[in-house]
Amino acid sequence: MPVALLPAVVALLIFTSVGLLVSREWRWSIALLAGQYFAAFWLVYLHWPLAMAAAKLITGWMAAAALGMTQINVNSSHPKTTEYRSGETSWPQGRVFRLFSAGLVLMAVFTTSRALTGWLPGVSLPDVTGSLILISLGLLHLGMTANPLRVTLGLLTVLLGFETLYAAIENSILVAGLLSAITLGLALAGSYLVALNAPEESA
Amino acid sequence: MTAPLVWIGIPIGLAVLLFILPRERLVSYLGTLFALALAGIAYWIPPGAAQRIGAFSLRIDPSISLFGRQISLDAGDQTLLILVYGMAAFWFFGTLAVGAARRVVSLGLVIIALLVASLAVRPFLYAALFIEIAVLVSVPLLASSPTRRATPSGNPDDIRPGAGKSPQQSGAGLLRFLIYQTLAMPFILLAGFLLSGVEAGPADVAQVVQAGILLLIGFAFLLAVFPLNTWIPMLAEESSPYAVGFILTILTTFGLVLALNFIDRFTWLRDSAQLPAILQTVGMLTAVTAGIWAAFQRHLGRIAAYAIIAETGISLLAMSLPDRQVGLQILFYLFIPRALALGVWMMSISILKRHAGELRFAAVQGLARQYPVAAAGVVFANLALAGTPLLAAFPVRQALWENLAAQSIPLALWFGLASLGLWIVALRSLAVLTLFLEKAQPAPRSPEGPAPRSPEGWASRETWPQRILIGIGLFGLFLSGLFPQWAQPLLANLPSMFEYLGK
Repeated sequence: MPVALLPAVVALLIFTSVGLLVSREWRWSIALLAGQYFAAFWLVYLHWPLAMAAAKLITGWMAAAALGMTQINVNSSHPKTTEYRSGETSWPQGRVFRLFSAGLVLMAVFTTSRALTGWLPGVSLPDVTGSLILISLGLLHLGMTANPLRVTLGLLTVLLGFETLYAAIENSILVAGLLSAITLGLALAGSYLVALNAPEESA
Repeated sequence: MTAPLVWIGIPIGLAVLLFILPRERLVSYLGTLFALALAGIAYWIPPGAAQRIGAFSLRIDPSISLFGRQISLDAGDQTLLILVYGMAAFWFFGTLAVGAARRVVSLGLVIIALLVASLAVRPFLYAALFIEIAVLVSVPLLASSPTRRATPSGNPDDIRPGAGKSPQQSGAGLLRFLIYQTLAMPFILLAGFLLSGVEAGPADVAQVVQAGILLLIGFAFLLAVFPLNTWIPMLAEESSPYAVGFILTILTTFGLVLALNFIDRFTWLRDSAQLPAILQTVGMLTAVTAGIWAAFQRHLGRIAAYAIIAETGISLLAMSLPDRQVGLQILFYLFIPRALALGVWMMSISILKRHAGELRFAAVQGLARQYPVAAAGVVFANLALAGTPLLAAFPVRQALWENLAAQSIPLALWFGLASLGLWIVALRSLAVLTLFLEKAQPAPRSPEGPAPRSPEGWASRETWPQRILIGIGLFGLFLSGLFPQWAQPLLANLPSMFEYLGK
């Protein structure tokens, strides 16, 4: 992959992770999650063979699909409920606040990423910047929600950030497989909780 | 036949089989038998050793290769395998009294197999990945283990589907559990990688500090030390107490073993002068805050949760002792009383919850008059974990207390304060369970409502399996308190699973 495209990949990661934070529509969130895995794929591809990097991409898309399918089922069972907003009772909920918080976090990421590049051998600046964006915005997401779907999206974002960084230092097939299993397991656990939290059907 | 297949592959296969069996009682019995069989195999045919049976010679190879990595269980792991599958058999047998056997037994077997895999994987740094998968498998167990109410026949199998289902089945506690345990994994993996670099090359102080901080944060999340343990009381309040007790007992045990593996493998960490001080501070903070918080709780599930947190703190205190051998012995000797006491405690409060609908003091007031055996289970298990003389944890706790006092008297006093908190709440629970106030009837939370109570007269409304199981547990609590040396043959070899710490 041309190195010149790496800033574009980082920009796509910023767009998708900030989008996940401010989005209130679950379809957009699932699409942004899939886009996030696509962007991370290019960073992982810098260090891993195409087949292994593609496995990570496919796993991420499968996770997104599992969450999307669950949400479709929940919505078809309860068409009048706006499930995605349930559980968002904490203050503040506004998009402006979320964008402002994301901006602060991104500033912190860009300030510190160069210094952190030397921490791990073989890790380049785009790797560190990309993974820190995902980890920090994922953590911010987790701190702002108690909704099972959003928590799952936040955890998947944090995990993807870690995987992007870890791919640069570890290329074991077993680890790649286990991390994929965790991604899928997290999506399935999240789907289970989303389904469980759906309001019960009235008789 | 290879050891990973026997203690990891077969339990997962059996779990699938048990999940599809129709009768819950059958699942309980078979799960208990399978777990006992696996513990027995570990006892008679340890991994890597040949055993002659008649004309045949049986040998279980210690390792297999998976995607270029070794999954290996050797003779050093024998005692832990016996202990873990023995504990599993005890918890699975308890489902006869509390129900929900299909979920607890089948998912429990998968979780234990994954945690054993975390012990077996080489390099051991990848253990964090298996622990995370075990955490993910435990989500359905914690989210939907129904606490079943009493049935007219007294048979737990007669329960209506969905009865006793909590309205907060996947509440904030479970989400926090998922978040905190998931966050532990990246920190531990990165710390492991950095520590490998420190081990291989010349000491780089900056890298050592970075690795140390990451490791500290990772284990703080994994072991739920103060202040990252708010999810435990929340989870105990909203999920089935028995499932919570099982998961926390098993996860904490393997989390501690992983922490010991880190200390054992990395010379820098093993020889660090700061490590005992850090373990001591964190352990004491966790134990004391949990003990004090417990004393002010008004919910039986939350009280048990704080006792579990205090146990983690006490384990860390044992690891911090200057004499490593003594510390390890105390740590491992705490495993059996803890599993026994928590099993009895969770079984008892599950029975009370089934009948009262919830576990707030106001709801369980006077229940000892209808459920004296379960009430005794709650109080004695609580007292056991508070380190009360004659009960299971007392001899080990006394040894720890003595060692702490030899280090510093204030330390011993703080430890006493932690135990005092658990002691006070045991007496409060006793008072609440035995006193009867007419006006304190709780509002019914299910169509069946709370069990009818009579202000005078005592009667035992537990079923016979419940009486027998709690009775056996209580007997075990006293027996292991009076004769702690009986566990010695089993536990004496446990430190040998560590290459350096065990010597």
